[in-house]
Amino acid sequence: MTDPIRFLLGRKPVEVSGVAPTTTVLEWLRGDGGRCGTKEGCAEGDCGACTVVLVERGADGALQSRSVNSCIQFLPTLDGKQLLTVEDLKAADGALHPVQAAMVETHGAQCGFCTPGFVMTLYHLHRTYTGKLPPSRETLDRALGGNLCRCTGYRPILEAGAKMFDTPASPDPRDANVANLLAAFKHDHGFVYEAGGRKFFAPSNLAELALVLAANPEARLLSGGTDLGLEVTKAQRDFPVLVSLNEIAELKRIARTATHLELGAGLTWTQAMAPLVTTFPALDELLARFAGPPVRNAGTIGGNIANASPIGDSPPMFLALDAELELFGTKGARILKLADFFLDYRKTALTPGEIVAGVRVPLPRAETKLAAYKVSKRFDDDISAVCGVFALDLDGDVVKAARLAYGGMAAIPKRAAKAEAALIGKKWTLDAANAAGAAIAQDFAPLSDMRASAEYRAKVAANLIARFWHETAGTAATRVVRYG
Amino acid sequence: MAERYAPAIAAPTFDPIGKSAKHDSAKLHVSGEAVYVDDVPMPKGGLETYCLLSPKAHAKIVSIDLSDVLNSPGVHAAICRKDIPGRNDVGPIFPHEPILANGVVEYIGQPIVAIAAGNVKLARAAAKKAKIVYADLPAILTIDEAMAQKAYVAPPYKMERGDVAAALAKAPHRLKGEFANGAQDHFYLEGHIALAHPLEDGQMRVLSSSQHPSEVQKMVAGCLNLSANQVTVEMRRMGGGFGGKETQPAIFACIASLLARRTGHAVKYRVDRDDDFMISGKRHDFRVRYEVGFDDDGNLLALDIEYAARAGHVADLSTSIVDRALFHTTNTYFIPAVRATGYPCKTHTQSNTAFRGFGGPQGILAAEHIIDRVARHRGLDPLAVRQRNFYGPAPRAQTHFGQTVEDFVADKIVADLAKDVDYDKRRREIDAFNAANPILKKGMALCAIQFGISFTAIQFNQAGALVHVYNDGSISLNHGGTEMGQGLHIKIAQIVAHEFGVALERVRITATDTGKVPNTSATAASAGSDLNGQAAKRAAAEIKQRLAQFVAGLHGVSEADVTFANGMVHAAGKSMKFEEAVWRAYNARVSLSATGFYATPKIHWDRAKAWGRPFFYFAYGAAYCEATIDTLTGEYKIDRAEILHDTGRSLNPAVDLGQVEGGFIQGMGWVTSEEIWFDKVGRLRTHAPSTYKIPIARDMPAQFRARLWAPAENVEETVHKSKAVGEPPLTLAAAPFLALQDACAAAVPGRYPLLVAPATPERVLSAIDAAKAGA
Repeated sequence: MTDPIRFLLGRKPVEVSGVAPTTTVLEWLRGDGGRCGTKEGCAEGDCGACTVVLVERGADGALQSRSVNSCIQFLPTLDGKQLLTVEDLKAADGALHPVQAAMVETHGAQCGFCTPGFVMTLYHLHRTYTGKLPPSRETLDRALGGNLCRCTGYRPILEAGAKMFDTPASPDPRDANVANLLAAFKHDHGFVYEAGGRKFFAPSNLAELALVLAANPEARLLSGGTDLGLEVTKAQRDFPVLVSLNEIAELKRIARTATHLELGAGLTWTQAMAPLVTTFPALDELLARFAGPPVRNAGTIGGNIANASPIGDSPPMFLALDAELELFGTKGARILKLADFFLDYRKTALTPGEIVAGVRVPLPRAETKLAAYKVSKRFDDDISAVCGVFALDLDGDVVKAARLAYGGMAAIPKRAAKAEAALIGKKWTLDAANAAGAAIAQDFAPLSDMRASAEYRAKVAANLIARFWHETAGTAATRVVRYG
Repeated sequence: MAERYAPAIAAPTFDPIGKSAKHDSAKLHVSGEAVYVDDVPMPKGGLETYCLLSPKAHAKIVSIDLSDVLNSPGVHAAICRKDIPGRNDVGPIFPHEPILANGVVEYIGQPIVAIAAGNVKLARAAAKKAKIVYADLPAILTIDEAMAQKAYVAPPYKMERGDVAAALAKAPHRLKGEFANGAQDHFYLEGHIALAHPLEDGQMRVLSSSQHPSEVQKMVAGCLNLSANQVTVEMRRMGGGFGGKETQPAIFACIASLLARRTGHAVKYRVDRDDDFMISGKRHDFRVRYEVGFDDDGNLLALDIEYAARAGHVADLSTSIVDRALFHTTNTYFIPAVRATGYPCKTHTQSNTAFRGFGGPQGILAAEHIIDRVARHRGLDPLAVRQRNFYGPAPRAQTHFGQTVEDFVADKIVADLAKDVDYDKRRREIDAFNAANPILKKGMALCAIQFGISFTAIQFNQAGALVHVYNDGSISLNHGGTEMGQGLHIKIAQIVAHEFGVALERVRITATDTGKVPNTSATAASAGSDLNGQAAKRAAAEIKQRLAQFVAGLHGVSEADVTFANGMVHAAGKSMKFEEAVWRAYNARVSLSATGFYATPKIHWDRAKAWGRPFFYFAYGAAYCEATIDTLTGEYKIDRAEILHDTGRSLNPAVDLGQVEGGFIQGMGWVTSEEIWFDKVGRLRTHAPSTYKIPIARDMPAQFRARLWAPAENVEETVHKSKAVGEPPLTLAAAPFLALQDACAAAVPGRYPLLVAPATPERVLSAIDAAKAGA
């Protein structure tokens, strides 16, 4: 038995069946969907030419929108949502949307190939932005952090991003019925889609998930899918059974107890950013530099942890925060220290049928100094050569506890035990920081690759501890870019 | 037949020359309605392509067994070189540049087998079933290895003026050095694509994302053993080109056409981003070695410089590209004795190719590196040293290749820019910042560029256009240039509308088509509007002259008394609408269609003697940049860029400004974050945006201002006294690079931290650390 994939294409309900579950939204749009406005630039979520906007009902029933990369989203993940593409923006009378008009006015398109993606990113900003007008350069840089243009040098696009607000967002009368149409898509059971012998499940709660996983032990899990999508577009993998965690409400929890910030593993990075940054302001830059907005709007906390990449940015962050994981499986739930989760390259402590359900982060203590650093060739939307997140508990100026966690330095995200040991019990001075930096050489033997040489990684990993000291001591400016 | 005029235009743009008309496709771009090759509906039965690419840098192909490929579901054809009925060759200058590997593979990524199937997934799955046996051969993977083995794709080439050895010997100071600049992928957002339709009687129609449809036509005809009149190539718009679609599209178009011929179906070949990177060529990386002689004041007396470029496995355009590095090796400076030698090195890597600037940026960056180093060596301000070395009146006007610089304005532009940015004050402020900051260091640089305009292969400096005036008064424009986003079409429409005195909106631009204008040159060398604009102007002028003659006859006045303006034709105190004049002329049997042809005057070049006037004129510009580096990580930010650029009398200031800004940022990417990285076996490991980092919005300097230099007017008779603008601004990348160099120098006072391009954070840090260590 299979459900059709039901969604609004623009304002029109469509039902799709018979296409492989790993068909990307972009592939479908440009093929059966008959909409060629959305472009493929990279098929890996790094250029933004394929950006579309998804609208869905939130827990409170209100409509929420987000921009995503259609090139790595699988079509069945659209079920129950509205998909807006560049073709949906013009008014009924053919007038350009304020975003489009601004892009024309500022000469924001040259070759035009990236333009539909920029237009959709700006449309999303225009629709959702509630801050000060005109938006700051920082606001626009952040919003445009997932879109590449090779022609303009960005000046006219940034200008369009400000100019579009000359005409404030107003609800499109054609969207009046969207909430009702989406409500009508609601299932009374978990979504099940099958085509060509390939299955896609999207259970709506953990109980259903347990049943699906028990029945399909070989299933591959999808949580956001911003990495999994690449296994299809880049490596032509075939997945007989996919189980999406995207629709499970229990995985989207945000709670603050007396001792912990608790985040559901299904929260997207965009959703997780506010509670994390509110609690730990030092994480703002790292989270702003975590991929680009369309990836952060789809990719999840749980996905970034469970895929156990040695170059993911959240594991060092959660390691330094001394977080623990809530695991859920067919055999029940358990709690595991994150430090015990990563076993080897891309190997974790998850048992078959088990998922990462949430992260519990101890609330900050007054004596803790925290800093998060990412070093890459490009500031925005790049993968770390080295990511270092440091937490020090100080007693006066003496280091009581140190957690120096790194990505990009080993086969797994890892704390620098020797460097930490070099600090504990010492006064927090530049000499101590440099001594800890010197110990990095014993903690790690990093690789050379296209992102950086082993020597550079080792050197930077050490120097970041010195940077940390300068920042905590307030002795010198250390950042060439300020994320405001 | 009663008259029927084209619909009235609501808001006509009259007299459009010099106006910032919007890109002709702007509204289509923003609404997703602009059609690119991949958006053209596939004909019934259309097939898609995947190519099996070489996994070896250099190997003999012992055997190819495709039986399992052919039996794979959905496969219609799988071909290798023996299945090519005509020439297995897309060499634009030199022969033997294969479409499909010719018995040996010469780089990782070289197409060997091309497969057509119902869709690309099926073709890709089938490719895995090919059985190919290789016998490894030794591979040359670096410039150093190629130079050591004297492995070149073409003979080394030299430009020389004066007695360099004597001048060096006499010079009060000499410096030797080695410098390097990196390769660069074009990263056009639209990758390579071709769609081939087999037509009746063996003919082929090809839609190709190409800057050079005539060459695609020639190569497709060659591989199918057809004559040119049996192949038509059409191009409406590219999603970016930047030189990457000058020669490179041929291979994709040929493969699609070969498979279309073989199957009888329409065949599309669209590569994904990874394959685009793996198959196609990039900007040449160069190793530069030099010895420069100068006096106490930094006056340059002699330069002996050697450029070794990674050409890749075949020559492609490498000789011309290396030539252009040699042409620009003195940039804006007069050096009495110059010897510049170029080596197009053979390596078993992608065949490097044209990229915006075409060797010029590499030559200019080296020149600016050298003069910067000379200034630092003498403890002088680099800007002052630049200014005292500029070209000037004779005897300081002659280049090392014999051309007299007659239009030099770099000195004036630099003076204006230095005043605008208050150079000396900023120097003091930045020095003060550096004194106060132990970790962060700031740097600044102001330099100018001089870029020669014309194809240095003289025969390419020609263009054709075809203009039709329909009898309703509407105008159809076709010319040999292609639109890749640079706004060529709108500029030429402006020229044609101006010529007829009609509204810009009356002119419809049509797809570039080898069936309409033949024997075209690539839209390249920044020459698109210079060449095609003149050709279109002449075509329009011819029709206008016929109309004038006709109208003059009506009123009994002379042709010269007929004027065209604001959509009207005036003569003898009477006026009629342009469309009425057209309609009446049509009824009087006046021809309303014409071709126009243009060949650039004055230029000549004797390559054997390395002497002549290869350039019609020079384009100039200057940039001032500031940068901040972090001496702990090497991370940096280009904080400020101020640009003054000479576009002559601009045909369209907004379009030209777009070229200046976009070219500058693209050049900034080349010298900063864009790094082409091969592993030890020669496999390109930066082949997608996840690993290859072009500038993103945040990288645009917080203070970024580009302006067209106001007093400009081309001294040569170019179209409406304009200047070419496509490539020159990219070469302003020297300024951000040297601002970083200046910041590095501030981090290690008294020493010279040698920075090479691209200046990734790693290179910045290692330059500083090496200088600290005394290396």
